[in-house]
Amino acid sequence: MSFRRPSVLPGFGLTFGFTTFFLSAIVLLPLAALVLAAGSMHWSEFVAVVSSPRALGSYRLSFGASALAATINVVFGFVLAWTLVRYEFPGRKLIDALIDLPFALPTAVSGIALTTVFAQHGWIGRYLDPLGIKVAYTWLGVTLALTLISMPFAVRALQPALLEVQRDLEDAAETLGATRFYAFRRIILPTVLPSLLTGFTLAFARAVGEYGSVIFIAGNLPMKTEITPLLIVIHLEQFDYRGAAALGVVMLAMSFVVLLAINLLQAWGRRRHVQAAH
Amino acid sequence: MATALKAAGPGAAPAETAERPGQNTWVSALVRCLFIAVSLTFLAALLIAPVATIFAMALARGFEVYLTSFADPDTLAAIRLTLINAAVVVPVNTVFGLAAAWAIAKFEFRGKSVLITLIDLPLAISPVISGMVFVLLFGLNGWFGAWLQEHDVTIIFALPGIMLATMFVTFPYVARELIPLMQQLGNDEEEAAITLGAGGWMTFFKVTLPKIRWGLLYGLILCNARAMGEFGAVSVVSGHIRGLTNTLPLDIEILYNEYNFVGAFAVASLLTLLAGLTLIVKTLVERTGYQRR
Repeated sequence: MSFRRPSVLPGFGLTFGFTTFFLSAIVLLPLAALVLAAGSMHWSEFVAVVSSPRALGSYRLSFGASALAATINVVFGFVLAWTLVRYEFPGRKLIDALIDLPFALPTAVSGIALTTVFAQHGWIGRYLDPLGIKVAYTWLGVTLALTLISMPFAVRALQPALLEVQRDLEDAAETLGATRFYAFRRIILPTVLPSLLTGFTLAFARAVGEYGSVIFIAGNLPMKTEITPLLIVIHLEQFDYRGAAALGVVMLAMSFVVLLAINLLQAWGRRRHVQAAH
Repeated sequence: MATALKAAGPGAAPAETAERPGQNTWVSALVRCLFIAVSLTFLAALLIAPVATIFAMALARGFEVYLTSFADPDTLAAIRLTLINAAVVVPVNTVFGLAAAWAIAKFEFRGKSVLITLIDLPLAISPVISGMVFVLLFGLNGWFGAWLQEHDVTIIFALPGIMLATMFVTFPYVARELIPLMQQLGNDEEEAAITLGAGGWMTFFKVTLPKIRWGLLYGLILCNARAMGEFGAVSVVSGHIRGLTNTLPLDIEILYNEYNFVGAFAVASLLTLLAGLTLIVKTLVERTGYQRR
């Protein structure tokens, strides 16, 4: 097979050339520079940077808080998606549109707003403070910010899947005496499982790299409330480019793993979808 | 009973006359109330309270103080820089998106799926890394740092760096909207136009563009929202020079850290209004029947 199948349409050379050139110039070459910068380090130096106690502490927070935020979003995202798909109530369309707000709202804005609401004297923080729950400037705050910015990914992944649940199956199960919970576990959950996992992974991927909203609410104490992207910025500010690049490569590797997981999950979901249709 | 049937949807059509089991018990009513209550509480705490706080804080000392925050020369410079940045980045990424969608949707070639994955790549990368790669290339200790300094060209801590970093993070927005849309619309009409003697550009403007206009607008507004609101990537390359390399989101950070809360939230309110406008346009585009793929 040749590189390209013949077509009567013009413009392949121009558009393909421009696409690959621009992609290389803006995305691929800069990323290659990152890998090269980390690659120019001696192996022992690289290991020392990426496994320093401060770096390990930042991974623990970044990956832990992101996993927690993605889990919260899958649970509440399911409730939200279910509510939006199954129930009719005043303001439903407005709520549906609002779900995308974290996509449109700049992260610095969500950061300062969340911090203010959950600070000791904030609208919500003042009720949590007497209970001994401190959100702002703790890992809880980090999780909250990550939950906010990754929320749409979980809801938007689940909505189409819930629309497709065959309700006649649910009805049949209930007619045959299945309890609601049994019907949920055996009919709804298997149908939405791929979307549930995709939603989790997408939310996790977005949360791990997040910087803007977190730095305002985190407190940024080394080992405690310092996320990996912030540690990279600190290295850069000290002109330690190679240290920053080393940490960047670790995060980049993580992104690739997550990207691969998303592709595999989506392929799995499509396969199941096709099987279900037959 | 009647409402239960209405809510049943197409899946339950054959059972119209039969009673839907479990649909009108008090349990289902309870579950329904519970789900709606949990959803609304979650959104109220996470979205509505923060957005309301932005305006409450911005207007805390009255409307006049709010308005004078925008008279600050540094804030005005930030507004100007943000607009200039978006005015360059958004059109460039739109042209790229159109070219990529034409190449990918109209032709069959090897390695297409790899190309699509690579275009989506910036979405999976931390904004901090998106900015850092340009520091590594063009920064003082970077690959081309010495050469650039010799030739008196500044990219990092200046407008070109900000534009490059913004371009990187908003790179996929238009393309990923247009590629699936054009793939689904097919080539028949374009092939007919070419066969009947229309030129390539004429086919694009008269046949393709009208078909994809809503998808294009959709990608464009999302690209613009991100370009104007990007913080992490721009923060790394900007150098935070007041009045020179501060975009609006960076201006918020500086004002906030100086405890100028009215100023910080006033600027934040401006960006929140932009986000609201983006959502409105997005909803209107969806009303035309446009669906994301």
